[in-house]
Order: sequence, then C-alpha cells, then structure tokens
Amino acid sequence: MSEASPAKAYALHLGVIALLFVLSFLLPEYYHGLLARIMVLAVFAMGYNMLFGYVGLLSLGHAMFFAAGLYGAGLAVIQLGWSVPAAFLCGIACGAVVALVIGLLALRTTGVAFMIVTMMFAQVFYLLILYFASWTGGDQGMVVPQPARVLVFGATSLELTNPTVRYMTALVLFSIVLLVTLAIVRSRYGRVLVAIRENEERTKMLGYDTFSNKLAAVVVSGSICAASGAAYALLFGYVGSSFASVQYSILPLLWVLLGGAATTLGPLIGTLFMYYVIDITSGYTSAYLLIVGIALILLVLFFPKGILGSIRQRWLGWLP
Amino acid sequence: MTPLLTTKGLSRNFGGLRAVDNVDFALMPGEIRAVIGPNGAGKTTFVSLVSGRIQPSSGMIVFDGADITSQPAYVRVRQGIAYTFQITSVFANLSAYDNVALPVQRTLSDGRSKGAVRAGVMSALDRTGLADRALMPAGQLSYGHQRLLEVAMGLALEPRLLILDEPTQGLADSEIDNFITLVREIAKNATVLLIEHNMPVVMQLADRITVFNAGKILAEGTPEAIRENAAVQEAYLGTAP
Repeated sequence: MSEASPAKAYALHLGVIALLFVLSFLLPEYYHGLLARIMVLAVFAMGYNMLFGYVGLLSLGHAMFFAAGLYGAGLAVIQLGWSVPAAFLCGIACGAVVALVIGLLALRTTGVAFMIVTMMFAQVFYLLILYFASWTGGDQGMVVPQPARVLVFGATSLELTNPTVRYMTALVLFSIVLLVTLAIVRSRYGRVLVAIRENEERTKMLGYDTFSNKLAAVVVSGSICAASGAAYALLFGYVGSSFASVQYSILPLLWVLLGGAATTLGPLIGTLFMYYVIDITSGYTSAYLLIVGIALILLVLFFPKGILGSIRQRWLGWLP
Repeated sequence: MTPLLTTKGLSRNFGGLRAVDNVDFALMPGEIRAVIGPNGAGKTTFVSLVSGRIQPSSGMIVFDGADITSQPAYVRVRQGIAYTFQITSVFANLSAYDNVALPVQRTLSDGRSKGAVRAGVMSALDRTGLADRALMPAGQLSYGHQRLLEVAMGLALEPRLLILDEPTQGLADSEIDNFITLVREIAKNATVLLIEHNMPVVMQLADRITVFNAGKILAEGTPEAIRENAAVQEAYLGTAP
C-alpha cells in the first residue's frame, strides 16, 4: 500500500489535475461553472473520506464542519469586513476548533452511537444558526457582496466572480487538498489510521494511543471540510443554513460511497457522477431523484466498494 | 537480582467468577517462563491483566520497579511489554510488510527516513522466515505464517517482556521446531512469558513453569520439578500415574 509504486500514483494524480486544468478551456459555460462547484464540493467529500474511508468512523454530522467554514468565512467578510484570504483562513480555523471540540466529545463513542452523537451535534449547530438569525440571516441566509469577493495581490486584483478565476481558484484548492490527502494516506500516520480502521484493539497493543490519532483525524477531516465551505462562500457568494442541514451530512457520505471509500480520487468521481446523473435526468423528468435512487441501488448491488474501489479490487491494485 | 515483573494480590472478577484470584507472581529478567494449566484456569486473563488489555479488580502490577497497574495498554507497550494474541489478529487486509511496519515505525526514535523502517521490517520478517512474503496481504498467508507474522510484530516492538499466548496452536510439527529455535533466539534479548498447551514445547523451552488452576497458582518450579509434582498431575493431567 504505502511502499509500492509511488511514481505511478503521483503521476496519476498530477494527470487528473492537468486534465481538470485543460477542461477549463474546453468546457461550455454551463458545465464550466458546474465543474468549479463540483471541485469545491469534492474537497468536502475528500475531507469526509479522510475520516470515513481511512479511519472507518461514520459521521452523520459533517455538514457542521462545512457550515463552520461557510459561516466562518462568510461572517468574517460580511460582518467584519475582512479580506478574502483572511476570511478563508478564519473559516478553516472555525472548522478546526469545532472539529476539536466535537471530536473530544463524540470519540468517547463508537459505531452507531458515534453516528447519532455527530448527527445530534450537527443538528444543534444548524438550530444555532437559525436562532442567531440577526447575525446569520437565519433561513434566508446571506449573500456575500460582489465587491468584497476580490483577491488582491499587490497591484493586481482578481475578481472571484469571474468564471475563469473562480474555476482556477477552485482547482488550486482541489489540487492542494488532493495532494495533501495523498501524502497523508501514504505516510506513517496514514498507515496507523488504516490500522485503527481494521482493528483498533490490535493497534493499541502495538503501542499506539488510538484516541489521539482518531482525534487528529477528526480535526484534519473537519478542517478540510471547512476549507471547502469557506471556499464555497467566497467563490459562489451565498451563505445559507441549508448547508448545515442533515442533507449536507448525508451527501458527502453518498459521494464517497459512490466514488469509493478509502480511495484518494473516489470523492471527486463520486461527486462528479452524482451531479451529472442529477443534471442529465432532471432534463428528462421531474422525478429525477427516483432515477438517482435506482442508480444508487444498482451501484451498491454491483459495485459495493464504489466505482474506484471496485476498479482497484479488480484491476488496479496499486491505486492509493 | 530484582524481578522484571511482579504482581501482588492480583485479582479479576467476571461477575461471580474469580478468573484470577489473588495471584503473587515474579518473573526474572532473561527467563523463559511457561504458564500452563487446564482450560479456564485464568492463564489468558492473567496475561491480559499484565498487558493492560483488561483492568484488575484488585491488586498491583510492577514492571521494572514501577507500578503500572493504572497505565493504559499502549503505555505499557511503549515501556516494553509486548503481547501476541491467542486468536490470530493480524491486519488481514494489509500486507505482511505493513503489519510489521506499524510496530517498527513507532519504536524508531531516531530516523524519519524510509530506509530505517524498511530495514527494521525486513529484519523482523527475516527472523521469522517471512521475508519473501512481505507484499502478500496478511489474510492470504497460511495459518502458520499468520502466527509467525504475529510473532514478527511482537519482535518488531523490541520488547523487554514478550508475552506469547498459545503461539504454537494450529502449527504443523515442522513449523513447531522452527518456532522453538525462534523463541530461544528471542530470549537472548528479552524475557519471555509463554502460555502453551503443547507440553513437549514447554519442556524444551521453559526455564521455569508456573501452573495455574482455578485462578490461582498451583505450583511453580523447574520443568523437572513440575513433572514430578503430584498436585499438578492431578489438576492438569487428571490422573496420578
């Protein structure tokens, strides 16, 4: 896993990044915008995969980390008038702090209890957003004003509302997170995380403090999800409470399951697949969720390890 | 010489059952000690208490002069108490290499280099004769090889006290001979506490034998003394000759 074929793995990941870069110049406008959004949400899925895929902890509360980033960045711009980079970092910091606190509490439980506890905390977070409507805009949400969404580098300024700038910013974030997750997964720490997933008791008996390792994974996962949320607020200009609802805790789980849990590229594939299935089917029928549901059932029946997970199992054993 | 490990009044209850009952035990450094006894005598519970997998109901455990009774298992492992499982519990989906890399990378205090991990892993796999199977998923190894991998993981922890819980269970006779050689090798650098049912193995390896029965120590002594002990024969072998 971590010793074999590093060159192949890095080449593949750099190839995917290059492909996404080239696509920016080829795609028609509508799909161009859609792909930018998908890349940002794929970061969310990658953060989820970190915990679910590699550590084996199934959380149903990750909307809370995404929303922490979304509101952390959005409120910093709207209420405090911070610049885009500062707001982005603020979003990540909010996510990291929330993840640390939730991790300390929720990691006392495992399995089903962990699912329920994370879901409850996420629900509390969602209700808090609604309760403090005077700051958060409640269920209406807030719009991040266009003039504030500018990246300033000395004399030049990049407007994040420009489609190309937006696409490239999303691609930069996606690439960094992809390479960071690849590096983590291949590192010694990644090996410990997988060991915890496979057999926590045995890992303890090899001298590992599994609680601290899991807590660190929750914080890394939460921070990545928050980075996605913060980028979403700054790139697409909308901060809404629906992103904190339970639906946005389940979506990353679906994306990761579809693409393949514990594969580095699975989250992108899953998010992409799901978006395009919805996009195509909603063109034909208003009952598109029915078709999505059937597609999901077929996938689970015939590809229980997700798209990339099945490919790895059958053909490409070296996939990270 | 002070003992490496001592327990004082160590007890563990499961409901009404006293699985380990007021055990006073001492183990000298460098020794190979076998623990034998009928099924349900409390052998595995006893070593689980020593390794920290379960907490004692009462009593005290001292390792290398320090009271470790309240320390969690992973801290005890770091101090040099390694435990290999009775029921094979290697990481089935990871390669043999990764299985051993987990203990190796933790014990490395100095190097961050990949080379150090690789060298450590390959030396542990070499000693157990698994080097040519390094990249196989552990779950696909034969049962005997999985037992050896378990030992390799214990070795890689560089323990001062290695606890082997029924290591030869399910091994073929030819594998057992290699295993005896391996344990002798290990004992040059570590103290070994061995739970074993296979009496020829015990008689060949052990410096001293401790016999458990109904949660208590029934007898303790050299292999010869234990062989002659009438109480042991009655409890363990069932009949007096």
